Amino acid sequence: MGAKMFGARVPRLEDPRLLTGRGSYTDDFHLPGMLEAAFVRSPHSHAKINGIDVSAALKHPGVVAVYTASDLPEYLRKQTVPFQVPNPAITQPFQQRLLEDAEVCFAGEPIALVVADTRYNAEDAATLVAVDFEVLPGAADCKAALADGAPLAHASSPDNVGAKYTVGYGDVDAAFEKAHLTHREEYWVHRGGGFAIENRAVVADYDELQDMMTIWSATQSPFLVKQNVVDMLGWESDRVRVIAPDVGGGFGPKTVYYVEEALIPVIANELRRPVKWIEDRRENFLATNMERDQYWDMEIAVDAEGKLLGVRGTMIHDTGAYMPWGIISPYISATTVPGPYELPAYKLETRVALTNKVAVTPVRGAGRPQAVFAMERLMDRAAVKLGLDRAEIRRRNLIPTEKMPYPLGLIFRDGKPMTYDSGDYPKCQAEALRIADYDGFRARQEKARAEGRSIGIGVANYVEGTGLGPFEGATVRIQPSGRICVYTGGGDSGQGHWTTLAQVCADKFGVDIKDIDVQKGDTGKIASGVGTFASRIAVNAGSSVHLASMQVREKAIRVAAHMLEAAEEDLDIENGRVVVKGTDQSVGLAQVARAVQGMPGFSLPGGVEPGLEATHYFSPSQSSYCNGTAVVEVEVDTETGHVDILKYSMAHDSGTLINPFVVDGQVQGAVAHGVGNALLEWMIYDDNANPVSANFAEYMLPSAPETPNVAVVHVESPTPINPLGVKGAGEGGTIPAAAAIVAAIEDALSPWKVSISGAPVTPDMIVGKIRPSA
Amino acid sequence: MSDRRKITVTVNGKAYEREVETRLTLADFIRHEILLTGTHVGCEHGVCGACTILLDGKTARSCLMLAVQANGHEITTIEGIALNETELHPLQQAFQDNHGLQCGFCTPGMLTTLLEFLRDNPDPTEREVREAISGNLCRCTGYQGIVNAALDAAKRLQGQAGA
Repeated sequence: MGAKMFGARVPRLEDPRLLTGRGSYTDDFHLPGMLEAAFVRSPHSHAKINGIDVSAALKHPGVVAVYTASDLPEYLRKQTVPFQVPNPAITQPFQQRLLEDAEVCFAGEPIALVVADTRYNAEDAATLVAVDFEVLPGAADCKAALADGAPLAHASSPDNVGAKYTVGYGDVDAAFEKAHLTHREEYWVHRGGGFAIENRAVVADYDELQDMMTIWSATQSPFLVKQNVVDMLGWESDRVRVIAPDVGGGFGPKTVYYVEEALIPVIANELRRPVKWIEDRRENFLATNMERDQYWDMEIAVDAEGKLLGVRGTMIHDTGAYMPWGIISPYISATTVPGPYELPAYKLETRVALTNKVAVTPVRGAGRPQAVFAMERLMDRAAVKLGLDRAEIRRRNLIPTEKMPYPLGLIFRDGKPMTYDSGDYPKCQAEALRIADYDGFRARQEKARAEGRSIGIGVANYVEGTGLGPFEGATVRIQPSGRICVYTGGGDSGQGHWTTLAQVCADKFGVDIKDIDVQKGDTGKIASGVGTFASRIAVNAGSSVHLASMQVREKAIRVAAHMLEAAEEDLDIENGRVVVKGTDQSVGLAQVARAVQGMPGFSLPGGVEPGLEATHYFSPSQSSYCNGTAVVEVEVDTETGHVDILKYSMAHDSGTLINPFVVDGQVQGAVAHGVGNALLEWMIYDDNANPVSANFAEYMLPSAPETPNVAVVHVESPTPINPLGVKGAGEGGTIPAAAAIVAAIEDALSPWKVSISGAPVTPDMIVGKIRPSA
Repeated sequence: MSDRRKITVTVNGKAYEREVETRLTLADFIRHEILLTGTHVGCEHGVCGACTILLDGKTARSCLMLAVQANGHEITTIEGIALNETELHPLQQAFQDNHGLQCGFCTPGMLTTLLEFLRDNPDPTEREVREAISGNLCRCTGYQGIVNAALDAAKRLQGQAGA
């Protein structure tokens, strides 16, 4: 038996291809006769369209076709993208049309599509499409959008309220009546976009010989693309194949189905030629979904010992002009507030505002960083008012591990009661404080202050529902060559599924992970799938690989028992061979696989079904909850407002680890995203909702010098929800980052009694707080 | 607009002669004319660094250059870094061993940038590595694996030089 693969810190199988330039991303496909598309998009946040003239564009060299709404097949002219996640709380579920010809509601909304021999010619011609706009006032800020007399995001609607709901439990007003201390404060939390380095991309090719439409898309969810293409375009399901090839980062926005993923196949079908569309970065800023502003008005009630009695408040969420993913992000925000604490009573009223901006759908963390920011700021405020240490007030309120599983009293987005399945929150916080040397901080701070340096420390906790259902399946097949192939539905955008799923499979057959291929993100390879989002692949696909591998193992033993003329209970599988225990008799898995291919006229050994393979679709009974604690030490330059992160410590519990190397990478990358949210990333719009920060000079992503090394300590509380004990790990690093960083900045600036109630916090804001007159 | 020129560019040791539009970017030439798709385009305004190549041994953003400007020059792309068909360059190997990549999209620019940097700074500090890649955006790794890979590669390359 070789070394155990599950749990091992092994380098990735993906890397040699990607390190030598042999990856295949969507823009790398060059099909014979392929045309390229460029979009004409609205330059206005809100406008009526009085006419579109494409005549000049059609005359441009190289142009093959120009499409406006009225040039589409008739049944698609008024068609909108399907409403992907409905919810009864949604009152105005506006969805985007394929091409708009009446009223554009965000800058970047597609109006026409030019198809030409080259992208260069397509872009030239796109500038020649003349659109007669009548500019309308735009709803910009989401709080202002809900005020009386605000400009309407959609001219036809009565108001800008897209959805309204209240979540909570317990008697919150009674809790406030008996409180020793309360604190009320308003928070503004901005979240930017995903900004994968690869933009969105679609190639569609209709093959007449096979009557098959193949769509390559830089998507996290090829099966959702297929489902929507089939539903929307009315094509037969077995005539559509969607492939997510190598995808250059996802982070949420590539989960959702977009109009471009409908249009490019429609045009390829119309023209009977392959069509490629590669989003450029400006389009990405304008037309790829992001998260954005939330305003929280929150109040906390505690007793004299700092024990939580209740939290209540209201929240306004900016959803943009359309709601393709419903209210997933703000609903997750609302259910994230209680976090790891014993909170007896909670009530949050949420209003979702329609504005004239691109739609809001989940970005790494999905509504949680904002909620954690609000809750953790309240905890800090209560601590300061009570004269308690900020870590101590948290410790007093953490759910003790003996209370697991812990029913929260809320309903999660999967419609089931939220029950924390497992976790050791006190240990997690203690571990984070330990590696951060929290106890030694005040001495460090005193020393720094004596040197004229302003350093501070901040702590934040979070709990995150991961491993979202309903399923993600896997087929495990041993091929006649002896190589093992694993197929699964979700695409890989950097997570390393080949490696980690191979690690789950390898030990069942005693083979090295190098003997296993993992093919993912291809609707032609497995019957059903969902996608790679909501930190769900390790849980769902991982469990499916485990269970399917066990079935294949049993089948191999059953067949080998006939081949070796031995009893099944005397057999084991080692080093890719079925062996008779305690003897030198064995048969290779390759031979077993060949034996069950079948031979005409002979029955299969052991009466098994053909093929040394099994498919399993694991479906979790509920989400599994991961958690963590971030402790951040910063230095603030009080002259310039620059924030330097001195030490970033994170205790992270995502259950059992399949590959600590990969999980560390996920945490570190997610923290960097959180650093951006805390200090840099801000999608800015003017008063009429026109984007101001639409490139990487104006919208800043964290680069290497301002991104800290993250010291990660893993606490492993296996979940009972799945056979591997694993929980999701892709988003945890992002979730508490802004809360902890802002708390640390505030602590560094305590001599100035600075109070920070929003994120991101930029150098000019910091200087403005230190020297209000500056 | 349709002004075309004949150019000869040597990429990874192989000479390519093509007639191209004068407005064709070098990135598009490399990716779509000679089909070396390992070089990636992430922003087309010179910020993300994914398209970085070595032009006569020095880093250049191929999205900010025209193909005609590369006429007569020598280019190295990610496809030309490995020692041979089966053996990775020590920098590439260090990337795999330190989890220096996730989605792989920024990787071509990281490798070319660090090849030049480690040639000129064989024994860098962590801070120097971070400054060196400050013009290359990565959204996946948080840079930690990349920085570790660069420091590890420096040791490996020095070991080779000293051997």
